[in-house]
Amino acid sequence: MTLETVVFGLVALALLGGSLGVVLTPNLFHAVLSLAGALVATAVIFLLLDAAFLFAVQLLLYAGGVVTVLVFAIMLTERLIGEHITQTNRHVVNGAVMSVAVFVGVAGFIMRSNLTAAEPAPADRTVEIARAIVGPFAVTFELLGVLLVAALLGAIYFARTED
Amino acid sequence: MAAPGLSAYLVLAALVFAIGLFGVLTRRNAVGILLGIELMLNAVNINLVAFARFEADLAGLIFTLFVIAITVAEVGVGLAIVIAIFRVRRTVDADHLNLLKG
Repeated sequence: MTLETVVFGLVALALLGGSLGVVLTPNLFHAVLSLAGALVATAVIFLLLDAAFLFAVQLLLYAGGVVTVLVFAIMLTERLIGEHITQTNRHVVNGAVMSVAVFVGVAGFIMRSNLTAAEPAPADRTVEIARAIVGPFAVTFELLGVLLVAALLGAIYFARTED
Repeated sequence: MAAPGLSAYLVLAALVFAIGLFGVLTRRNAVGILLGIELMLNAVNINLVAFARFEADLAGLIFTLFVIAITVAEVGVGLAIVIAIFRVRRTVDADHLNLLKG
């Protein structure tokens, strides 16, 4: 067993545990903490896949930004923090069947398809990413800026107070 | 035992996606549903980065960056909507938000 395999196994366990915590914990605040764990585990997986830049972005934006905003929203809307309330609706069995069906379908497709890895990519590709963003993907990048401004204005519009 | 290949990452991402789908389908709380969506998008990101690594293609990494940025926008608007709904209805239980149900 190589070191990479051991690390992959540990991180995969952490990711799956965090994900299960997100959907199964009754307390929503604990669910957000589990989500933070799952996102950090995903960042480590990016590191295993030689994507160091995405590792940093994942930690800063997701584990830092998104989780903070989610905690704020829960604090504002949840009056029952710490109390034991039912967080799942009556579709638990249907949801489980549906999820298992989706997983079996996708995993079966992965197993049947003949995936042979091409030559491994060079280790650090941050410079290439930067060149591509201002090169072939420049228009998409600019559109993303427009989207972020629109989302910002939309969020302010929805969350403003009536006065 | 060799280092984990493309299939290992894809199966892991499929598992996370299925767990996130379960959360979206079964959570009552609107914020909980958003948490499930986060997990599903995260699984897709793992897929994209894995393909970028094993197929030596840069587009997967760029797309992951775009997906992360769009997710941030989605969370911002989604939580603003949740807070607006909470202000009017005093609840974020998705089962009670049936105003548009025919």
